[in-house]
Amino acid sequence: MKARPAERIFTGQVASRGIALGAIARRPADDGRVRTKGSPGEERSTLEQALEEARARLSELVRQSDSMGREILEFQLALLEDPELYAPALKAIAGGAAALDSWRAALDEQIVGYLSAEDDYFQARAADLKDLRDRVCGLLSGADADADVGEGQGIYVADDLAPSRFLEMDWTRYRGAALAGGSITSHAAMLARARGVPMLTGLGAACEALSDGAGAVLDAEEGHLIAYPSGATLKRYEARIATRADEAARDAAFLDKPAVTADGTRVRVLVNVDDPKVLDGLDPAHCDGIGLTRSEFLFTRGGALPDEETQLAAYLGLLNWAGGRPVTVRTLDAGGDKPIPGLTPEGEANPFLGLRGLRLSLAHPEVFRVQLRALARAAVQGPLKVMVPMVTVPGELDRARALFAEVLAELTGQGVAARMPPLGMMVEVPAAALAIATFDADFYSIGSNDLVQYVTATSRDNAAVAPLHDAHNPAVLELIARVCQHGATHGREVSLCGDMAADPASMAPLLAAGLRVVSVAPAALARTKATLARGHRGEEG
Amino acid sequence: MTSDTDRMAAPAEGCTVITLPIGLHARPSVKLTKLAKTFDSAIRLRAGGEGANGDWVDAKSIVRVMAMKVRVGQTLTFRAEGMDAERAVNALVDLVERNFDESAPG
Repeated sequence: MKARPAERIFTGQVASRGIALGAIARRPADDGRVRTKGSPGEERSTLEQALEEARARLSELVRQSDSMGREILEFQLALLEDPELYAPALKAIAGGAAALDSWRAALDEQIVGYLSAEDDYFQARAADLKDLRDRVCGLLSGADADADVGEGQGIYVADDLAPSRFLEMDWTRYRGAALAGGSITSHAAMLARARGVPMLTGLGAACEALSDGAGAVLDAEEGHLIAYPSGATLKRYEARIATRADEAARDAAFLDKPAVTADGTRVRVLVNVDDPKVLDGLDPAHCDGIGLTRSEFLFTRGGALPDEETQLAAYLGLLNWAGGRPVTVRTLDAGGDKPIPGLTPEGEANPFLGLRGLRLSLAHPEVFRVQLRALARAAVQGPLKVMVPMVTVPGELDRARALFAEVLAELTGQGVAARMPPLGMMVEVPAAALAIATFDADFYSIGSNDLVQYVTATSRDNAAVAPLHDAHNPAVLELIARVCQHGATHGREVSLCGDMAADPASMAPLLAAGLRVVSVAPAALARTKATLARGHRGEEG
Repeated sequence: MTSDTDRMAAPAEGCTVITLPIGLHARPSVKLTKLAKTFDSAIRLRAGGEGANGDWVDAKSIVRVMAMKVRVGQTLTFRAEGMDAERAVNALVDLVERNFDESAPG
């Protein structure tokens, strides 16, 4: 008889809180999106195989479906059989691009073509193209490998996880992710927090050697992956999971109520959007709008930078979802730990103190103008607000406003409907927080992640300095209070959109600092509203 | 096999008006391109009648045909080159005039 393997504990950092029990689903680094790109010949045959497989599956679906579904599928199949559909992708591959990126870019171009149609019917065909795009992307990225994981059973184990892979994965089949490498500030970690998928990073290469199917506990509260858990360990975690489920159920009861503290203070709770996909299944009536759109999602899909129409379509999609609630879009915040090939500088000794955020946008007006044009056009269609990141001195805000006014005049001259949305600024550089009265912004949004990092001079993802990386540091709270005070005196809205807003322990000090607007990850919405409703009562009781 | 006489056969042309209320949408486009593919001739079409200056697109490509976004009331011109050019144009014009065998809306 084989001895039962002993319990093994791997320790890493909590990228997204939660606890999960499941079976190890090891995904080697060459799986899907993270696989190394091959030669153009290999990429070409990869795409051709995926197309062939997609055609075979669609034909099978056509045979099985009723007449309504069949028409749509037959149309998709006809598209998939048309060389014109994938010719641009093959061309990009010949030029050295990866199969997945090439296919996605080719289809995105088609999708934008349909989205811009005047006719509703043709506009609606964009959905067919998207479906087709995702079908083939799924095959290309190996999302299909998900098929052999039991329903809701897997703990995804890999070296790292690309954001596009995260979005393509079927998260009903995985309970969480344990990464040997990765970073808690990565885009994938942000998406995991947005979706409420427990995730650990930095577990070390040894965890990748775990056997597929081995039982494991993912403790993304304390930062442990426990393989081959003992009976006692399992029992302990089962109890904790039950407690968390009860808490979540209690929190969920606050979702459809307005966010009000026990003593009647109304606090507006908005959501952060890292990618429009995180809004799937979220009822806009449960929040007060979108407080932060990280527009980087438009720029990190590979291929060319997004054109005006692509951006416009994305912004209109958000306004449409929000249904009359305000939507705040942050202009491109690249640089730092969010590089964009060909745009962000390479080889900076300290990227967090380098050409990032608004600094980068002002250094590339040709890129910035495209985004401002799309935003000015979208502003005509609903309550859009725009904010700029990483402002250090008032002159930067003034330059952004002047550039905005320029593109607005340009659009008006071209007969294109456009308007100037309220222009706000992120407060995350200590110099800006200290001298807040010198910034004439229409609203202020405190980016607590960067503010804490800059005020305490600690990086978020360095475990060795984690105790110093404290959002409750009096210096941080004082700066937040200062900004809130300035906003209250001058009638300008002040919100906070960092992870601090979603931390139950931070709510009381934030309210005490005078904050009345927060923006949190969609997965943290219920908990935040529940914390607000309970928090003040606790203080008073 | 394509012989030289095929290539030299006179091109055929024909035009017709789209009367489907919804325009040349997905299902009719599938029918049109499928029918076009049954002919050996190269077949192109463009929106507009004689003298129109729209781009000619490959009638066997659903991507191109859909991208034209042809709406009700627009004229379509077919042009075919090859041995069965005449038959191809007649068949395609006939398909449009039969309203793509779509049942009446309602």
